[in-house]
Amino acid sequence: MTDPSAAATGDAVAAACADSYARIVAALIRVTGDWTLAEDCAQEALALALERWPGDGVPANPGGWLMTVARNRALDVLRRASVERRKLAELALLRLAGPEPATGEEIVDDRLRLVFTCCHPALSLDARVALTLRVVCGVPTADIARALLVSEATMTRRLTRAKTRIATAGIPYRVPTGPMLAERLPGVLAVLYLLFTRGYDADGEPALADEAIRLARLLVRLMPDQPEVAALLALFLLQHSRRDARRDADGNLLTLDRQDRSRWDHAAIAEAVDLLARARPAGPYALQARIAACHATAASAAATDWPAIARAYDELARIQPSPVIGLNRAVAHGFAHGPAAGLALLAEARAGGALDGYPPAVAAEAELTARRGDRERAAALFRRAAAMCRAESERRALLDRAADLSS
Amino acid sequence: MKYMMFVCSDTEPDTDRENWPDIEAWVAENDARGRRLTGDVLAETSAATTVRVRNGELLVSDGPFTETKEVIVGFDLLECADLDEAIEVARTHPMARAGRIELRPFADLADQPGD
Repeated sequence: MTDPSAAATGDAVAAACADSYARIVAALIRVTGDWTLAEDCAQEALALALERWPGDGVPANPGGWLMTVARNRALDVLRRASVERRKLAELALLRLAGPEPATGEEIVDDRLRLVFTCCHPALSLDARVALTLRVVCGVPTADIARALLVSEATMTRRLTRAKTRIATAGIPYRVPTGPMLAERLPGVLAVLYLLFTRGYDADGEPALADEAIRLARLLVRLMPDQPEVAALLALFLLQHSRRDARRDADGNLLTLDRQDRSRWDHAAIAEAVDLLARARPAGPYALQARIAACHATAASAAATDWPAIARAYDELARIQPSPVIGLNRAVAHGFAHGPAAGLALLAEARAGGALDGYPPAVAAEAELTARRGDRERAAALFRRAAAMCRAESERRALLDRAADLSS
Repeated sequence: MKYMMFVCSDTEPDTDRENWPDIEAWVAENDARGRRLTGDVLAETSAATTVRVRNGELLVSDGPFTETKEVIVGFDLLECADLDEAIEVARTHPMARAGRIELRPFADLADQPGD
C-alpha cells in the first residue's frame, strides 16, 4: 500500500482497536452476558471502521464511534431475539468509558472484570491463556493457535468450551473483593507471566511478550494499589529490555556477560526501576524484578552486584521455595561467594530430584565447574546439557561453551 | 444458581490439623443464609447396590458403580448467586480439608447463560 492516507487510516484503526477492543467487549458482556455476541459486535465495528474511515475520514473520537457501532449492532441482534426490555434499555445507554449504572457499588472498569473472569481458577490454565488473548487482547483465533502451537480448529474448540463453561459453571463477571482479591490476583498475574515467557522464550512468539506487557500496563492503571502488579510490569520491562541484544548476528543466544549493553532498552529499564521503587512490600515478582534490575543497571557484567542478587534469591527461596529458584540461588551465590558455595547450594537444590532432566541445572553445574578450573569436566557437562535441550538456539549456545573450554 | 455439592473422601487429606471447621456450625450458618437447601451423609459404599437393566433383564450387584478409593460420602444442595459464592461455601466445609468437594450446577441452567 503506497497511499499515505490509507496507511494513516490503517494506523488509526489499529490504534483505536488496541485501545477500544477490550473496553467494548467487556462492556457488552456486562450488559448482555453474551460473550460471543460481544466479540462479534466488536469485530463488526472494527470491520466497518476499516471500510468507512478511508473515505469519510477518521472520526474525532474513534473509540466512541466504535462503541456506538458495536452497541447498535448488539441492540439489533437482541431486538430480533426479543430480549427483555431492561437489558435493551441498559444497552442503549452504553457509552465508551461511560459511568457504571448507579447500583451503589464501587465503580469498576469493565476490562478488569473481563480479565478476572478470563483468569478464573475454575478454568484450565490453557483456557485462561487462550481466552485472555482472544477476548481481552483481541488477538485473532488463528494467530493464538499459531503462537500456542495448536491447530486453529483446536483453538476454536478450546475457546468455545471455555465460554460455555463460564456460563454453565456460573463463573461470575466480577472483580473479587476483600480477601478473595488477594487470593485471585496471583492467578491473574500467573496468566500474564505465562504469556510473557511464551513470547520471550528462545523459540517463542514475540508478539505474546508485547501483549503481556500491554496487559500488565492496563492492570497497573486499573489496580494502582497492588504492588505485585507494578512489580510484574517492571519484571517484563527489564527482561524485554534485552530483546535486541540477546542474539548474535547468526541468531545464537548470548549470555548476559557477552551482550552489548548499549543495545539494551535503557528507557524501559529506567521505567522499571521507577515502578520497582514504589512496589512495596516486596512479593515474589518484586524480588524477581529486583534481581533483573541488578543485572540491567550494572555498567558491565563484572560490575554486577551479585551479593544483592544472592540476598534477593535467599528471600525468594524463603517466601516461594521451588527447585528452579533453588537453582538460580545457587548460581547467584556462586558469583557472590565463589563456585564452591554455588556448587554446595546446587547440590541442595537438586537433592529432591525435581531438577533431573532439566538442562539449565546441568548448564549451571558446568558453569560453576568451569569457574572452579576443571575445564574438561565442565566441557563434558555443557555437552550433556546441550543434548537435553529442545530449543535449537539454546543447544547451540551450550555447544559453543563446550568448544571454548576444549580449545 | 443451584449447585449439587458432592462431598467426597480423598486419600490425601490436609496435613495441617489446626482450626478445622465445625460441621454443625457450617450447616447452621448456611441454612440460616438460605444457601443450603438440604443435605445428608451417605452410608458406606459397602451398603450400596447398583442396578442395571439390559435387554429386559434386571442386573443387581453389590457395591458402588465404580471401584475407586475416593467416594461420595455425602451431599448438600446449594442455592448460590454464582460459582464464587458456592466456592466460599464449599471451602468452609470440614470435608474440603479431610476430603474434596465437587460443585456441579444443574443441567437446566446450562440452557440459560447470562442470568
